[in-house]
Amino acid sequence: MTLVLHRIDDRLIHGQVVVGWGQPLDIRFIVLVDDDVAASEWEQELYRMGAPPEMDVYFLNVDAAVAKLPSYRADARHGILLTGDIETMRRLVDAGGVASINIGGIHHRAGRSQRLRYVFLNESEESALRDLAARGVSVTAQDVPGARPIPLDDILNGVAK
Amino acid sequence: MSDGSGTTENAKPTPRAIVAGHGDFAAGLVSAVDVITGRGGQLIPVAVPGLCAEDIEKLIRQRMLESGVKVIFTDLQAGSCTMAARKILRGADDAVLIAGVNLPTLLDFVFAEQMPAVDAARHSAERGKTAITVVGPKAGAGAAGGAGGVGGAGGGGVKQA
Repeated sequence: MTLVLHRIDDRLIHGQVVVGWGQPLDIRFIVLVDDDVAASEWEQELYRMGAPPEMDVYFLNVDAAVAKLPSYRADARHGILLTGDIETMRRLVDAGGVASINIGGIHHRAGRSQRLRYVFLNESEESALRDLAARGVSVTAQDVPGARPIPLDDILNGVAK
Repeated sequence: MSDGSGTTENAKPTPRAIVAGHGDFAAGLVSAVDVITGRGGQLIPVAVPGLCAEDIEKLIRQRMLESGVKVIFTDLQAGSCTMAARKILRGADDAVLIAGVNLPTLLDFVFAEQMPAVDAARHSAERGKTAITVVGPKAGAGAAGGAGGVGGAGGGGVKQA
Protein backbone atom coordinates (compact mmCIF):
# COMPACT_ATOMS: atom_id res chain seq x y z
CA MET A 1 0.00 0.00 0.00
CA THR A 2 2.34 2.72 1.24
CA LEU A 3 3.45 4.58 4.30
CA VAL A 4 0.13 5.34 5.97
CA LEU A 5 1.47 7.27 8.97
CA HIS A 6 4.41 9.62 9.47
CA ARG A 7 4.83 9.80 13.23
CA ILE A 8 7.08 11.70 15.62
CA ASP A 9 7.35 9.77 18.88
CA ASP A 10 10.33 9.98 21.20
CA ARG A 11 9.56 6.53 22.59
CA LEU A 12 9.97 5.13 19.06
CA ILE A 13 8.65 1.56 19.01
CA HIS A 14 6.27 1.00 21.92
CA GLY A 15 2.75 -0.13 22.70
CA GLN A 16 0.86 2.74 21.08
CA VAL A 17 2.76 2.30 17.84
CA VAL A 18 2.82 -1.47 17.59
CA VAL A 19 -0.60 -2.24 19.04
CA GLY A 20 -2.56 1.02 19.13
CA TRP A 21 -1.88 1.99 15.52
CA GLY A 22 -0.40 -1.25 14.25
CA GLN A 23 -3.49 -3.39 14.57
CA PRO A 24 -6.23 -1.10 13.18
CA LEU A 25 -4.04 0.06 10.30
CA ASP A 26 -2.78 -3.47 9.58
CA ILE A 27 0.79 -2.25 9.80
CA ARG A 28 3.29 -4.76 8.40
CA PHE A 29 6.48 -2.70 8.54
CA ILE A 30 8.01 0.22 10.40
CA VAL A 31 10.69 2.46 8.95
CA LEU A 32 12.50 3.78 12.02
CA VAL A 33 14.66 6.75 11.06
CA ASP A 34 17.15 7.74 13.71
CA ASP A 35 20.85 8.38 13.22
CA ASP A 36 21.79 7.04 16.67
CA VAL A 37 19.73 3.87 16.50
CA ALA A 38 20.93 3.21 12.96
CA ALA A 39 24.48 3.18 14.34
CA SER A 40 23.76 0.84 17.24
CA GLU A 41 23.13 -2.84 16.60
CA TRP A 42 22.19 -3.36 20.23
CA GLU A 43 19.49 -0.68 20.15
CA GLN A 44 18.18 -2.10 16.89
CA GLU A 45 17.84 -5.49 18.55
CA LEU A 46 16.07 -3.85 21.48
CA TYR A 47 13.47 -2.21 19.27
CA ARG A 48 13.14 -5.18 16.93
CA MET A 49 12.14 -7.37 19.87
CA GLY A 50 9.42 -4.84 20.71
CA ALA A 51 7.65 -5.52 17.43
CA PRO A 52 5.65 -8.67 16.69
CA PRO A 53 7.31 -11.25 14.44
CA GLU A 54 5.04 -10.49 11.50
CA MET A 55 6.04 -6.81 11.50
CA ASP A 56 9.30 -5.90 9.75
CA VAL A 57 11.38 -3.06 11.18
CA TYR A 58 13.91 -1.20 9.04
CA PHE A 59 16.51 0.96 10.77
CA LEU A 60 17.94 3.80 8.74
CA ASN A 61 19.80 7.03 9.23
CA VAL A 62 18.30 10.07 7.55
CA ASP A 63 20.42 9.94 4.41
CA ALA A 64 19.68 6.28 3.81
CA ALA A 65 15.99 6.86 4.51
CA VAL A 66 15.78 9.64 1.95
CA ALA A 67 17.28 7.32 -0.65
CA LYS A 68 14.92 4.45 0.15
CA LEU A 69 11.67 6.30 0.79
CA PRO A 70 10.37 5.78 -2.77
CA SER A 71 10.65 2.02 -2.41
CA TYR A 72 8.85 2.06 0.94
CA ARG A 73 6.08 4.19 -0.55
CA ALA A 74 5.73 1.64 -3.35
CA ASP A 75 5.54 -1.27 -0.92
CA ALA A 76 2.33 -3.25 -1.21
CA ARG A 77 2.03 -3.42 2.59
CA HIS A 78 1.00 -0.76 5.12
CA GLY A 79 3.88 0.90 6.91
CA ILE A 80 4.70 3.57 9.47
CA LEU A 81 7.54 6.05 9.13
CA LEU A 82 8.76 6.80 12.63
CA THR A 83 11.16 9.40 13.96
CA GLY A 84 12.06 10.28 17.53
CA ASP A 85 12.27 14.04 17.04
CA ILE A 86 11.02 16.92 14.94
CA GLU A 87 14.34 17.69 13.31
CA THR A 88 14.66 14.22 11.82
CA MET A 89 11.15 14.45 10.42
CA ARG A 90 11.89 17.92 9.03
CA ARG A 91 14.85 16.52 7.10
CA LEU A 92 12.60 13.84 5.62
CA VAL A 93 10.01 16.46 4.68
CA ASP A 94 12.78 18.34 2.90
CA ALA A 95 13.22 15.28 0.68
CA GLY A 96 9.57 15.54 -0.37
CA GLY A 97 6.53 13.32 -0.32
CA VAL A 98 5.37 13.90 3.26
CA ALA A 99 1.86 15.39 3.26
CA SER A 100 0.96 14.93 6.91
CA ILE A 101 2.71 14.43 10.23
CA ASN A 102 1.33 12.77 13.33
CA ILE A 103 2.79 13.99 16.63
CA GLY A 104 2.46 10.95 18.83
CA GLY A 105 4.65 11.79 21.77
CA ILE A 106 7.22 14.45 22.59
CA HIS A 107 7.63 14.20 26.32
CA HIS A 108 8.93 16.40 29.10
CA ARG A 109 12.51 17.56 28.99
CA ALA A 110 14.26 20.59 30.45
CA GLY A 111 13.37 23.73 28.50
CA ARG A 112 10.14 22.37 27.10
CA SER A 113 6.66 23.61 28.00
CA GLN A 114 3.62 21.37 28.13
CA ARG A 115 1.21 21.77 25.22
CA LEU A 116 -0.74 18.55 25.56
CA ARG A 117 -0.63 15.64 27.97
CA TYR A 118 1.88 13.97 25.68
CA VAL A 119 3.39 16.95 23.87
CA PHE A 120 6.05 19.22 25.36
CA LEU A 121 7.87 21.70 23.12
CA ASN A 122 10.61 24.31 23.34
CA GLU A 123 10.58 27.47 21.23
CA SER A 124 12.83 26.01 18.57
CA GLU A 125 10.61 22.95 18.18
CA GLU A 126 7.49 25.12 17.97
CA SER A 127 9.12 27.18 15.27
CA ALA A 128 10.08 24.05 13.34
CA LEU A 129 6.51 22.77 13.45
CA ARG A 130 5.13 26.13 12.30
CA ASP A 131 7.60 26.05 9.44
CA LEU A 132 6.43 22.60 8.38
CA ALA A 133 2.81 23.73 8.45
CA ALA A 134 3.66 26.84 6.44
CA ARG A 135 5.09 24.57 3.78
CA GLY A 136 1.74 22.82 3.41
CA VAL A 137 2.29 19.82 5.66
CA SER A 138 -0.70 18.90 7.81
CA VAL A 139 0.57 18.67 11.40
CA THR A 140 -1.69 17.17 14.05
CA ALA A 141 -1.22 15.56 17.44
CA GLN A 142 -2.93 12.24 18.11
CA ASP A 143 -1.47 9.65 20.44
CA VAL A 144 -3.87 6.80 19.58
CA PRO A 145 -6.33 6.24 16.70
CA GLY A 146 -9.39 6.70 18.91
CA ALA A 147 -8.32 10.18 19.99
CA ARG A 148 -9.26 13.37 18.17
CA PRO A 149 -6.49 14.70 15.89
CA ILE A 150 -5.53 18.10 17.31
CA PRO A 151 -4.47 20.72 14.74
CA LEU A 152 -1.14 22.45 15.23
CA ASP A 153 -2.74 25.84 15.87
CA ASP A 154 -4.77 24.39 18.74
CA ILE A 155 -1.67 22.75 20.17
CA LEU A 156 0.43 25.89 20.08
CA ASN A 157 -2.36 28.26 21.14
CA GLY A 158 -3.14 26.19 24.18
CA VAL A 159 -6.70 25.56 23.02
CA ALA A 160 -6.42 21.82 23.49
CA LYS A 161 -4.24 21.72 26.60
CA MET B 1 -0.98 -1.29 52.59
CA SER B 2 -1.12 -4.57 54.48
CA ASP B 3 1.86 -6.26 55.99
CA GLY B 4 2.77 -8.97 53.56
CA SER B 5 5.91 -10.34 55.11
CA GLY B 6 4.26 -13.08 57.09
CA THR B 7 6.56 -12.22 59.98
CA THR B 8 5.69 -9.68 62.65
CA GLU B 9 2.33 -8.05 62.25
CA ASN B 10 3.53 -4.48 61.87
CA ALA B 11 6.86 -5.10 60.15
CA LYS B 12 7.22 -3.29 56.85
CA PRO B 13 7.67 -5.84 54.08
CA THR B 14 10.88 -5.72 52.14
CA PRO B 15 10.31 -4.75 48.50
CA ARG B 16 11.26 -7.58 46.17
CA ALA B 17 10.20 -6.28 42.77
CA ILE B 18 9.12 -3.31 40.70
CA VAL B 19 5.91 -3.40 38.66
CA ALA B 20 5.78 -0.86 35.83
CA GLY B 21 3.41 -0.23 32.96
CA HIS B 22 0.96 1.96 31.13
CA GLY B 23 -1.47 4.24 32.94
CA ASP B 24 -2.41 2.93 36.38
CA PHE B 25 -1.65 -0.66 35.44
CA ALA B 26 1.03 -1.11 38.12
CA ALA B 27 -0.93 0.46 40.96
CA GLY B 28 -3.98 -1.56 39.99
CA LEU B 29 -2.14 -4.87 39.94
CA VAL B 30 -0.34 -4.18 43.20
CA SER B 31 -3.61 -3.15 44.80
CA ALA B 32 -5.18 -6.41 43.64
CA VAL B 33 -2.28 -8.42 45.03
CA ASP B 34 -2.69 -6.66 48.36
CA VAL B 35 -6.44 -7.22 48.50
CA ILE B 36 -6.01 -10.92 47.78
CA THR B 37 -2.91 -11.70 49.83
CA GLY B 38 -1.97 -8.74 51.99
CA ARG B 39 1.47 -8.98 50.42
CA GLY B 40 1.34 -6.03 48.06
CA GLY B 41 4.11 -4.36 50.01
CA GLN B 42 6.60 -6.64 48.27
CA LEU B 43 5.90 -4.78 45.05
CA ILE B 44 6.78 -1.22 44.07
CA PRO B 45 4.32 0.19 41.51
CA VAL B 46 5.80 2.60 38.98
CA ALA B 47 3.73 4.80 36.65
CA VAL B 48 5.34 6.87 33.90
CA PRO B 49 2.80 9.42 32.67
CA GLY B 50 4.20 12.04 30.35
CA LEU B 51 7.80 10.90 30.63
CA CYS B 52 10.18 10.51 27.72
CA ALA B 53 12.05 7.24 27.29
CA GLU B 54 15.14 8.66 28.94
CA ASP B 55 13.22 9.75 32.05
CA ILE B 56 11.40 6.43 32.30
CA GLU B 57 14.77 4.71 32.39
CA LYS B 58 16.00 7.13 35.07
CA LEU B 59 12.90 6.64 37.21
CA ILE B 60 13.03 2.84 37.14
CA ARG B 61 16.76 2.85 37.77
CA GLN B 62 16.24 5.20 40.72
CA ARG B 63 13.56 2.94 42.22
CA MET B 64 15.87 -0.06 41.85
CA LEU B 65 18.74 1.73 43.58
CA GLU B 66 16.52 2.98 46.41
CA SER B 67 15.04 -0.43 47.09
CA GLY B 68 17.80 -2.79 46.02
CA VAL B 69 15.38 -4.94 44.04
CA LYS B 70 16.61 -7.02 41.11
CA VAL B 71 13.27 -7.94 39.59
CA ILE B 72 11.15 -5.85 37.20
CA PHE B 73 7.71 -6.84 36.00
CA THR B 74 6.28 -4.90 33.04
CA ASP B 75 2.98 -5.02 31.19
CA LEU B 76 3.78 -5.22 27.50
CA GLN B 77 6.69 -6.58 25.52
CA ALA B 78 6.79 -3.51 23.30
CA GLY B 79 6.02 -1.06 26.09
CA SER B 80 8.18 1.90 27.05
CA CYS B 81 8.79 0.48 30.52
CA THR B 82 9.95 -2.80 29.03
CA MET B 83 12.31 -0.99 26.70
CA ALA B 84 13.70 1.01 29.60
CA ALA B 85 14.07 -2.06 31.78
CA ARG B 86 15.94 -3.91 29.06
CA LYS B 87 18.38 -1.03 28.80
CA ILE B 88 18.85 -0.98 32.57
CA LEU B 89 19.38 -4.73 32.80
CA ARG B 90 21.71 -4.92 29.83
CA GLY B 91 24.71 -6.94 30.94
CA ALA B 92 23.31 -7.55 34.42
CA ASP B 93 23.49 -11.22 35.34
CA ASP B 94 21.88 -10.82 38.76
CA ALA B 95 18.57 -9.25 37.69
CA VAL B 96 15.58 -10.28 35.62
CA LEU B 97 12.80 -8.68 33.62
CA ILE B 98 9.41 -10.35 33.18
CA ALA B 99 7.38 -8.66 30.43
CA GLY B 100 3.68 -9.35 30.00
CA VAL B 101 2.96 -9.78 33.71
CA ASN B 102 -0.51 -10.71 34.92
CA LEU B 103 -2.12 -11.08 38.31
CA PRO B 104 -1.53 -14.84 38.68
CA THR B 105 2.16 -14.21 38.04
CA LEU B 106 2.40 -11.69 40.86
CA LEU B 107 0.37 -13.85 43.25
CA ASP B 108 2.78 -16.71 42.71
CA PHE B 109 5.72 -14.34 43.18
CA VAL B 110 4.66 -12.85 46.50
CA PHE B 111 4.08 -16.29 47.99
CA ALA B 112 7.50 -17.56 46.89
CA GLU B 113 9.33 -15.75 49.66
CA GLN B 114 11.52 -18.74 50.42
CA MET B 115 13.17 -18.38 47.01
CA PRO B 116 15.61 -15.67 45.93
CA ALA B 117 13.56 -12.96 44.22
CA VAL B 118 15.07 -13.55 40.77
CA ASP B 119 14.32 -17.27 40.95
CA ALA B 120 10.84 -16.56 42.28
CA ALA B 121 10.22 -14.24 39.35
CA ARG B 122 11.20 -16.87 36.81
CA HIS B 123 9.00 -19.42 38.58
CA SER B 124 6.07 -17.03 38.70
CA ALA B 125 6.37 -16.27 35.00
CA GLU B 126 5.86 -19.93 34.20
CA ARG B 127 2.81 -19.92 36.46
CA GLY B 128 1.44 -16.82 34.76
CA LYS B 129 1.80 -18.35 31.29
CA THR B 130 -0.50 -21.20 32.21
CA ALA B 131 -3.03 -19.13 34.09
CA ILE B 132 -5.10 -17.93 31.14
CA THR B 133 -8.21 -20.01 30.68
CA VAL B 134 -10.74 -19.75 27.89
CA VAL B 135 -14.29 -20.64 28.89
CA GLY B 136 -16.76 -21.02 26.05
CA PRO B 137 -17.23 -22.68 22.68
CA LYS B 138 -14.21 -23.53 20.57
CA ALA B 139 -13.33 -21.19 17.73
CA GLY B 140 -15.66 -21.65 14.79
CA ALA B 141 -18.35 -23.36 16.82
CA GLY B 142 -20.56 -20.29 16.49
CA ALA B 143 -23.93 -20.04 18.20
CA ALA B 144 -24.39 -23.80 18.01
CA GLY B 145 -21.65 -24.23 20.53
CA GLY B 146 -23.47 -22.35 23.25
CA ALA B 147 -23.82 -18.74 24.23
CA GLY B 148 -22.03 -16.52 26.69
CA GLY B 149 -18.47 -17.69 26.14
CA VAL B 150 -15.34 -15.90 25.03
CA GLY B 151 -14.49 -18.24 22.20
CA GLY B 152 -12.26 -17.44 19.27
CA ALA B 153 -9.29 -16.72 21.44
CA GLY B 154 -7.13 -19.48 20.13
CA GLY B 155 -8.59 -22.74 21.30
CA GLY B 156 -7.98 -24.53 24.51
CA GLY B 157 -11.47 -23.80 25.69
CA VAL B 158 -13.45 -25.73 28.23
CA LYS B 159 -16.33 -27.63 26.70
CA GLN B 160 -19.77 -26.50 27.62
CA ALA B 161 -21.74 -28.93 29.68
